[in-house]
Amino acid sequence: MSDSLDSVIAHIAEKFSATISEFAGEKTLLIAPEKVLDLAKYLKTAIGFEFLSALTAVDYWPAESPRFHLFYRFTSISRQFTLNVRIPISGIKPVVSSIEPFYYNAGWHEREVFDMFGIKFDGNKDLRRILMPHDWEGYPLRKDYPLGYEEPQFTFNYDEIAVRKPFAKSRPEE
Amino acid sequence: MSQIENVSLDEIKHLVSNRAIEGETMLLNMGPQHPSTHGVLRLLLELDGETIVNAIPDIGFLHTGIEKNMEAKTFQKAEVMTDRMDYLNTVGNNFSYCLAVEKLVGLDVPERAQYLRVILAELQRLASHMVWLGTSALDLAAMSNYMYTFREREIILGILEMVSGQRMMTTYIRPGGVWRDVPAEFEGAVRDLLKILPKRIDEYETLLTKNPLFIDRTAGIGKVSPEDAMSWGLSGASLRGSGVNYDLRKFAPYSSYDHFEFDVPLQTDGDVRARYLVRMAEMRQSIRIIYQALDKLPSGPIRSNNHKFVPPLRSEIGTSMEALIHHFKLWTEGFTAPKGSVYVGVESPRGELGCFLESDGGTKPYRVHFRTPSFDNLQVLPVLAKGSLVADVVAIIGSVDIVLGDIDR
Repeated sequence: MSDSLDSVIAHIAEKFSATISEFAGEKTLLIAPEKVLDLAKYLKTAIGFEFLSALTAVDYWPAESPRFHLFYRFTSISRQFTLNVRIPISGIKPVVSSIEPFYYNAGWHEREVFDMFGIKFDGNKDLRRILMPHDWEGYPLRKDYPLGYEEPQFTFNYDEIAVRKPFAKSRPEE
Repeated sequence: MSQIENVSLDEIKHLVSNRAIEGETMLLNMGPQHPSTHGVLRLLLELDGETIVNAIPDIGFLHTGIEKNMEAKTFQKAEVMTDRMDYLNTVGNNFSYCLAVEKLVGLDVPERAQYLRVILAELQRLASHMVWLGTSALDLAAMSNYMYTFREREIILGILEMVSGQRMMTTYIRPGGVWRDVPAEFEGAVRDLLKILPKRIDEYETLLTKNPLFIDRTAGIGKVSPEDAMSWGLSGASLRGSGVNYDLRKFAPYSSYDHFEFDVPLQTDGDVRARYLVRMAEMRQSIRIIYQALDKLPSGPIRSNNHKFVPPLRSEIGTSMEALIHHFKLWTEGFTAPKGSVYVGVESPRGELGCFLESDGGTKPYRVHFRTPSFDNLQVLPVLAKGSLVADVVAIIGSVDIVLGDIDR
């Protein structure tokens, strides 16, 4: 394995049968969701990506499969590399394995993605809502979640308004 | 609403030790209104006497849905929301967003604008470090520094007001350049500030660096090894305090940071004191960068003249039909960006501030995400605090330098 970033990317793409896309001078790998844990292990132990820079998701609703893309960005401080990885996730029962065992800070990032998109992470030790209140219903950053205001609920009209909240009823994993 | 207490106790059962359930250790709530949590951070501490067994941070009190809101605004209009994230680093927030937009649409920025951005970002770094120094020393009962640092910070905020009209929420950096050229008195004001600053920083250091009480409270507290620091995603001075040389200004120079000579201060102890020393040294490096940028500041345009993306000058609108059309199009419809996504990281005073920006080919960002340094820096708190005393928790929170607006967004 030679030292340039391009050859490293080509090597990873071959090993994990990923497709490479390029935009604005940066390459991104698209990798199947079941390989993410192996990938994280390989990046951390074999290649030397010590640092997880970012982990987030994008919702492509109304597309269903894949509905989401997870975006990972790994940084190798010692080798001055950065690597973008995208993982497609189906909209029906979105589950993917957690990379927390290798990148500890993924823990909170995965919690945030779970909180905002409803994607579950298998193996995350503490998968609770992180930014929204713990009893919140719906996933705010999904595209079918309305941006508009929320009707104020008082005791006399609580149930009446609760019926009108469409996003609260459309949780796919239930 | 009355159920909340029951539910939350149940929810965190797996985070506390069995001794807490049996009542052997005590659960103590700290915050969200505690003055030394630097904002609205709530901590649940499991205590064995005065020793911390577990610390569980609870965040989200300042969550304002900035990422969701930005999806509904055009690229230019979404920028004002970024100011409101990390309120001590407003210039840096604009900076990361603008760099992402520029990378997305492929805009070049004139050199004068790049230098002005660097000067403003470094001034903001100084101001942010001053707030950090004042407040974190205040937590350790060193009161005088707070007064001194806020005195100098006031001058910096005055300079920001001079160039942008706003003391904090500047939105001075815009996609394609900066809002307008700096006024004639800008350079003099910055040079006056730089003249007094080194002495003032010496003054801060006399009060703290060799003060035996301060050393007692900071040395050996909240230690983290370089490997752990990287795995936990610590960045900025908190990572460099553990001896890892990761500064995005050197790692991937943006906005002509490679034109300036500066060092990346490193310490190897990885404790509260090391992080303090790194930040103090960083302030001096910022002064160095600003001096160089002022000396080399080129003349010329302050924003790109690609009027498909950047509004024309106000003066042109009265005389040029084309300028009028561009102005109208940009402020009603906005510009379209090609389909794709970019990630740009900048070095904020707290660490790696990344902006992930995706476009679906329309005039609005399809998805914006900010990788904020405080979010990752706070996450390591339970590890740092484990085994230390309650009084040390405030020292540790101060040393990782969090801003809750940055965490919750």
